Amino acid sequence: MTSRAEYCVLACAEAWRDNGEVLASPMGLIPSLGARLARRSFSPDLLLTDGEATLVGPDGEREGWLPYRQHLAMVTGGRRHVMMGASQLDRFGNQNISCIGDWAAPHRQLLGVRGAPVNTLNNPVSYWVPRHSRRVFVPKVDMISGVGYDSAAAAGPSATRYHRIPRVVTDLGVFDFETPERTMRLASLHPGVTVAEVRQATGFDLVIPAEVPRTREPSAAELRLIREVIDPDGRREGEVPS
Amino acid sequence: MTDKTMTPEDVVSRLRSGMTLGIGGWGSRRKPMALVRALLRSDITDLTMIAYGGPDVGLLAAAGRIRKLVTAFVTLDSIPLEPHFRAARQSGALELTEVDEAMFMWGLHAAANRLPFLPVRAGLGSDVMRVNPGLRTVTSPYADGETFVAMPALRMDAALVHVNRADRLGNGQYLGPDPYFDDLFCEAADAAYVSCEEIVAGFGDAPLPTLLVKRHAVTGVVETPNGAHFTSCVPDYGRDEAFQKLYATTPWPRFAERFLSGGDEKSYQSAVQSWQEEGR
Repeated sequence: MTSRAEYCVLACAEAWRDNGEVLASPMGLIPSLGARLARRSFSPDLLLTDGEATLVGPDGEREGWLPYRQHLAMVTGGRRHVMMGASQLDRFGNQNISCIGDWAAPHRQLLGVRGAPVNTLNNPVSYWVPRHSRRVFVPKVDMISGVGYDSAAAAGPSATRYHRIPRVVTDLGVFDFETPERTMRLASLHPGVTVAEVRQATGFDLVIPAEVPRTREPSAAELRLIREVIDPDGRREGEVPS
Repeated sequence: MTDKTMTPEDVVSRLRSGMTLGIGGWGSRRKPMALVRALLRSDITDLTMIAYGGPDVGLLAAAGRIRKLVTAFVTLDSIPLEPHFRAARQSGALELTEVDEAMFMWGLHAAANRLPFLPVRAGLGSDVMRVNPGLRTVTSPYADGETFVAMPALRMDAALVHVNRADRLGNGQYLGPDPYFDDLFCEAADAAYVSCEEIVAGFGDAPLPTLLVKRHAVTGVVETPNGAHFTSCVPDYGRDEAFQKLYATTPWPRFAERFLSGGDEKSYQSAVQSWQEEGR
């Protein structure tokens, strides 16, 4: 029986399908497992890092050097697809990791915008949210760190030129922005999740197609990779309990 | 040749309240903590601080020394949110210029190249533009006609960085995996002070790319063994996770009293040592 965490790993991995020879930059455990699954199966040309300055192969062997300043050039050169976290996310894909409340006098200071502004304008940015809730999926984010489709459009052609948010993966399902207004759409439900559950946990109106597909089943080979090679200690179950 | 060796106190004697100070390293990695501690022992305050922030920001914020902070983030890495920075922000104790990591880097490049700004795509469409109303855009003079953010130079009065090895002239060598932006900090500052784990007579046949910091951009060299503690300075040592946790969970006055009230860096190091012995 495939666990919820395993569907999440697979759904994250799918973000990097057909990406070619780009750097997969996962933030967080499940996206990291997903990137490694993609690298070991359907996207063998992906580049991975050890989380520091070393580019590594599938078994952790060194294949290159990527210190922060070269990493930032890779971002602006576009040869990267990052999966970031989000403290808040709205229906146009604006993301916040900076602070909660009024920026001038924040109720809760978080990390700061980090690289979200440069990421979103220069290379594809997907998001991973381990606990889908109304606290994260809000009508309007408090501080736009990652740029959403409406904000990019308002900022003009230099902002939209390389802007793309392929997908959002949560513990409930997969979402994209493949709608005329570029607002968030339910792309697939993880098995065992209902549309009502997703609606209940989302603080804005999602686009829900008439027929919602299920997140695909992993193949036997993919399951084996996840369970025996990539995450033999089952750390994934700690991030997304079944 | 000029011998630039000095003590942490010598460095601080050349700094003044109200200065713009850049601090190298990244998050909780290779921070010039011995120099930060020397600053904490002084009465220098009202600082404008420029950093990819870690506990350097936390310590100086907790002590009320920062008037204005220019940063993209403040983190302890293994502890994502810096508690003293958070407290300072949530109580309105410091003014913040919040820019993106890449904007910050181009600000350093502009300063190092004596340019008033450099054009960047980053920032457009984000609230970085809203919370920094002084940021301007610039239009490409070429056929593309694109509009970019004009990231202003992050010029500083002084920069503080920490490297693994240095010579007496101010050449600095890093031995870890990442140079961060330390050479840029030095070049973007009117004066730069380099602390190091060890002063060496020469670099022998060390790989050339490790010789990061050049002496023309350095004012002073300070030998401070374990001087990046409790941040990492690999391969000499990793982050002291247990001590970092103590720092993050101990009320500031108690932490400062126990570890920072001594008269010099040596008393800090022995206070840490006693704490470590207690834990055994």
